[in-house]
Amino acid sequence: MMKRDSVRYLKMGDVGRFFYSILCFICNIPLYIWNVIKAIGLGIWSGAKAVVLGIWDIIKTFFVGDILTKISYFIMGFGQLFRGQTIRGLLFLTLEVVFIFFMKAFGIGYLSGLRSLGDVAATTELNEWGLEIIAYKDNSLQILLYGVLTVFVCIGFIASWVISVKQCYAAQKLVKQGIKPRNFRGDLRALADEECHKTLLAVPLLGIVIFTVIPLFFMILVAFTNYDHAHLPPTALFDWVGFDNFKNILGIGATDSKFAHTFSSILLWTLIWALVATFSNYFLGILVAMLINKKGIKFKKGFRTILVMTIAVPQFVSLLLVSKMFADNGIVNGVLMNMGIISEGIKWLTDPLLARIMVLVINLWVGVPYLMLIATGILMNIPAELYESARIDGASGFQQFCKITMPYMLSVTAPYLLTSFVSNINNFNVIYLLTAGAPKTLEFDGGAGYTDLLITWLYTLTLEKNDYNMAAVIGILTFIVVAGISLIVYNVAPSIKNEEEFQ
Amino acid sequence: MMNNTPNTNPEIAPENIEELTAEAIAETEAAAAETAELAAENTAEAIAETAPDAEELLEDEDIIIMNPELDIDPYDGKDYPSDLILPHIPEDPDKAIDLSEANKKSSRSYKAAEKRSNALVYTVLILMSVIWLIPFVYLVCQAFRGESQCMVSYFFPKEWSLKNFEFLFKETNFLSWYSNTLIIALVVAVVQTVIVLAVSYSLSRLRFSGRKLLMNVMLVLGMFPGFLSMIALYYLLKLVGFTSEGSIPGLILVYVGSSGMGYYISKGFFDTIPKSLDEAAAIDGASRLRVFFSIIFPMAKPIIIYTVMMAFLAPWGDFMFASLITFGHEEAYNVAVGLYKFLDKEHITTYFTAFCAGGLLVAVPITILFMSLQKYYVEGVTGGAVKG
Repeated sequence: MMKRDSVRYLKMGDVGRFFYSILCFICNIPLYIWNVIKAIGLGIWSGAKAVVLGIWDIIKTFFVGDILTKISYFIMGFGQLFRGQTIRGLLFLTLEVVFIFFMKAFGIGYLSGLRSLGDVAATTELNEWGLEIIAYKDNSLQILLYGVLTVFVCIGFIASWVISVKQCYAAQKLVKQGIKPRNFRGDLRALADEECHKTLLAVPLLGIVIFTVIPLFFMILVAFTNYDHAHLPPTALFDWVGFDNFKNILGIGATDSKFAHTFSSILLWTLIWALVATFSNYFLGILVAMLINKKGIKFKKGFRTILVMTIAVPQFVSLLLVSKMFADNGIVNGVLMNMGIISEGIKWLTDPLLARIMVLVINLWVGVPYLMLIATGILMNIPAELYESARIDGASGFQQFCKITMPYMLSVTAPYLLTSFVSNINNFNVIYLLTAGAPKTLEFDGGAGYTDLLITWLYTLTLEKNDYNMAAVIGILTFIVVAGISLIVYNVAPSIKNEEEFQ
Repeated sequence: MMNNTPNTNPEIAPENIEELTAEAIAETEAAAAETAELAAENTAEAIAETAPDAEELLEDEDIIIMNPELDIDPYDGKDYPSDLILPHIPEDPDKAIDLSEANKKSSRSYKAAEKRSNALVYTVLILMSVIWLIPFVYLVCQAFRGESQCMVSYFFPKEWSLKNFEFLFKETNFLSWYSNTLIIALVVAVVQTVIVLAVSYSLSRLRFSGRKLLMNVMLVLGMFPGFLSMIALYYLLKLVGFTSEGSIPGLILVYVGSSGMGYYISKGFFDTIPKSLDEAAAIDGASRLRVFFSIIFPMAKPIIIYTVMMAFLAPWGDFMFASLITFGHEEAYNVAVGLYKFLDKEHITTYFTAFCAGGLLVAVPITILFMSLQKYYVEGVTGGAVKG
């Protein structure tokens, strides 16, 4: 661990300070990682503690509660029914009945199927006319999907059971004190006022659970199966394989090293892409904003409007068109050849190195206007006195930029830089619409090409190669990369954490 | 810029202050009269130079800073940009004379340098504008090109015609793609806005147990690549028949489903509305739900417009989800997927100009909409960038 030595720091020049800061940052990475691990551990610990305490609480309540409460442990809503909360009690009761029917008809079978993911995929049978037909039996995908759904239904049920029991006990205590428990109308009134967050968040959270949490949980499970092009239901079964996919992609053990090679090259390119794309856009955007804001420049609005057009026009129009302009037989080569500047077409997007440079350059065309807009607003917020006093002290324009503009911009937009870096890691549109990962190469496995990012490779693996297990592994690894970087940056820049500062 | 700092020194009695201030004012006035005369010449020139810029800057209404008190004057109560500050007036009269003498000589060379640097900036900006505009000019040119439907090696068409649009409407499913996208965009705009506002209001104004946990969970969920969940989601939607033929409701659900996670920008906005407003209303007996609808909602106009706009625009540009959900059913495509297929290797020779025509038909209304609401977009992205 390296601590920043302020005396040493102040003695250095600008360049020295810059490198010293970077050195400090790099040396402290283990510390940050340790902090992160500690935080995660603490989270798990407190979560586990809460669960254990909750269970203990429920058990204790059973012995403290009166007969109505005790019955409510088995017949949900029983206590409520007899304590003037009829509608609430009926709702709980209905829930229990529906749940039992669901489990009997549907849930139990899929839950038990989760272990094996099916035994027989398809058999050939004779139909009533004596012809051979294929009869599909177990569908691993269906079992896994429905199994996951059932798991979530069970979790939801257990949660509402706990709530029901707790409410029942609370009502019992109220009755003992001679207070009448809240009736249904009271519930509704509470939902509009002190429990307003429940009303407002119910639908959005349900949406997030159904459309994000369940699918993600499913895909995380898929990462531990062999659900690939060779094991496609309904003609074949897939099965649990443990950590084989992870070993395969990370090159641990003597498995297919081509996949590991592909992954490491694409990961490296993704990180380079995200870094270069973020910072090139950032600095050029600020520069352009300053040029347009320079005093004495007319048509500020006109220049801004022209640049902003790239944000306004949907990317699939502009980027697809640009990709065709730079195609081997595209207009750029055509015009250059007509003018006699080159004799044969430049391989803008088909040469590995040039393609990588070109996507970065074209990304500037998309990203600079966006940064220009952001920077313009912030530049106007910089206190004018700073520049004035700098001018009086004889600072040049460049010095003002380095000592006033940039530090201010950086301090204000640090959170933006992080989000922008993360969204560049997952920048599907620019890469897919420009090159679709091309130029493809046999050096890579899984249909990947030189400009593929992890996210576009994930897309190709899913839609073209049907290697769902590998796609899931890549998704998880992308998450780990993104989460790791974000957590480290959060650790370094404490200003991001202060959410209530402005309230 | 004068700072009116309140006098906090307890030793000075109020009546003394008056005396002191009167004296001070008299002094300053005398000094000012002297200085002003000497510096007048010097200043007038400089003011004349800065004034047009000042007007110009004030015209820039599209750049305003996120301000919950809302509207109209973007510089209200704020520091003016550096260009608006009057030049420094030296206090020492002798020095002022020296300076004004020197300035007369140096101002000419200063002006020349300024002109040169401005010329350079103009060149750069014009060059950039040209680069930024070329693809769009190219799009228009190709959309109206009469001869041959494939890519050609020259920029301007030899024959202008509307043939490509005719082809687009008669020979392809463009119209149904367009209406699919429009329906999806309209519904998503409404539903997503309601969801985002509900979530951001709850997380910004209400305090309940599990709030922090909820925000952290959403943050973590947001770090997974969005496409990862699509495979499971595809089968879930297929289960209820919301893929290929039924992909309009399917896509709406996909776009809207997790939109609660995109609350950051509007939460940042709500955070800046003073809490005393809520408290005042609560004292008057308004429920929290009522506070939301009758106090916060009307104040949140800029962020509502921003959210509606982003929600409306997203489906027009989405390729990733739409290509999966509509897979294998051409009529259900949205414009992005449909037009993308035009540029396949086997189609591009006959469909390239049609792609340009279709792209133009999508781009023009969207661009007009975007440009007319640009002010709100800028507010949104600036606020979002600053608050993270």
